Amino acid sequence: MSFLELRKVSKSYGDGAAEVHAIQGVDLFVDRGALVAVMGPSGSGKSTLLTIAGSLEEPTSGEVLIDGAEFSKMSRNDKARLRRRTIGYVFQDFNLLAGLTAVENVSLPLELDGVSAKKAQMAGMTALDQLGLTDRATHYPDELSGGERQRVAIARAVVGERHLLLADEPSGALDSTNGEAVMRMILAACHRGVASVIVTHDAQLASWADRVVFLRDGRVVDQTMPPPSPESFLEESPQPSPHR
Amino acid sequence: MSVRHAILALLSDGPKYGLQLRQEFESGTGEVWPLNIGQVYTTLQRLERDGLVESDEPEQESPQKGFHITEAGEKELSTWLTTPPDLTSPPRDELVIKVLSALRVPGVDVHHVIQIHRRYLVELMQQWTRLKEDEADFDLTFALVADAELFRLDSVVRWLDTADGRLKRAALEPPVPPAMPRLARRLVRR
Repeated sequence: MSFLELRKVSKSYGDGAAEVHAIQGVDLFVDRGALVAVMGPSGSGKSTLLTIAGSLEEPTSGEVLIDGAEFSKMSRNDKARLRRRTIGYVFQDFNLLAGLTAVENVSLPLELDGVSAKKAQMAGMTALDQLGLTDRATHYPDELSGGERQRVAIARAVVGERHLLLADEPSGALDSTNGEAVMRMILAACHRGVASVIVTHDAQLASWADRVVFLRDGRVVDQTMPPPSPESFLEESPQPSPHR
Repeated sequence: MSVRHAILALLSDGPKYGLQLRQEFESGTGEVWPLNIGQVYTTLQRLERDGLVESDEPEQESPQKGFHITEAGEKELSTWLTTPPDLTSPPRDELVIKVLSALRVPGVDVHHVIQIHRRYLVELMQQWTRLKEDEADFDLTFALVADAELFRLDSVVRWLDTADGRLKRAALEPPVPPAMPRLARRLVRR
């Protein structure tokens, strides 16, 4: 059983002639420890898919299951608890609270979940430490670079015992070096058993995933095949062309 | 660039003369690739030798010889359109020609052709990224080479994405044909 399952999920907005089908009949299965990228152009339904997977939005039809539990059968409180404890979100524009320091931002979800301030602070420091941000813990978001802000956002998304990480264009406007650092952090979370989904239009970002699912006009049109081992790839392939 | 397959694509919607093939090839490729008429006839002879095209008997009064695609030619064309080019040492132009050719072949969904190539490229990128993930911390030279490959492949994916979007928009809003051919407009501007 996959940790995250979307079964025949559709989402429409509006009625009658004005009805817009954001996603239609999407199936998506993500195992623990797996990184799946959903790749598509603007307007293909990527962000809608992610918000539905994170229970931030209800599908018009279809089912979403986390660890075997159906969203549609959960109470509001259960869903809120799931969002606080199990799911971590990373957004393109970081969404950090300007009035809180880095460590306060990271520990906030735990405090909201009833963890004592001291324990939450310790967990926040551990998460920041894992991402190389120990010395930035007491800085406010506007005192951090774009790359540091995104690392704080990732620390917040994985703090505590989160099992599902959902990221919308996680490298945002970062340069490719910082973008790579962000993807390495998401991958590290996967290696700890976190199931992760990123949505992106960027093939370089998507190429970090175990599986890339292609979304067009709200439908899954294709996906990549499981890769051969790195060794066999190097043996069979290709020396890169020197000049062009 | 495969002139051979481009000619097969041009013949896929009906028989044509050599001169006509040259004109359609040039206009169909945005006048970017000029084609020598000698090259057209040499290619046609080879295609005929391989059983992929056949020549029609010229009519008495016509000095020109028409050519049509054979069943084997159609099969060859179909295979070529959906076979990813060897991008490990890439003629990037080959992919452009495949997409431009797909536009001309009746019954071929160009978006499907684009997706086949997009998936292949992303799979290649996954391989390089995986190697980079394993090696880059230890081997700077390898990381640089992997980056170069990733950026090259990424640029091709981005072109496919742009082509996909442009074709989708064009299908919704067919463009108004220009009053004069593109080349003539360029000359007037000068």
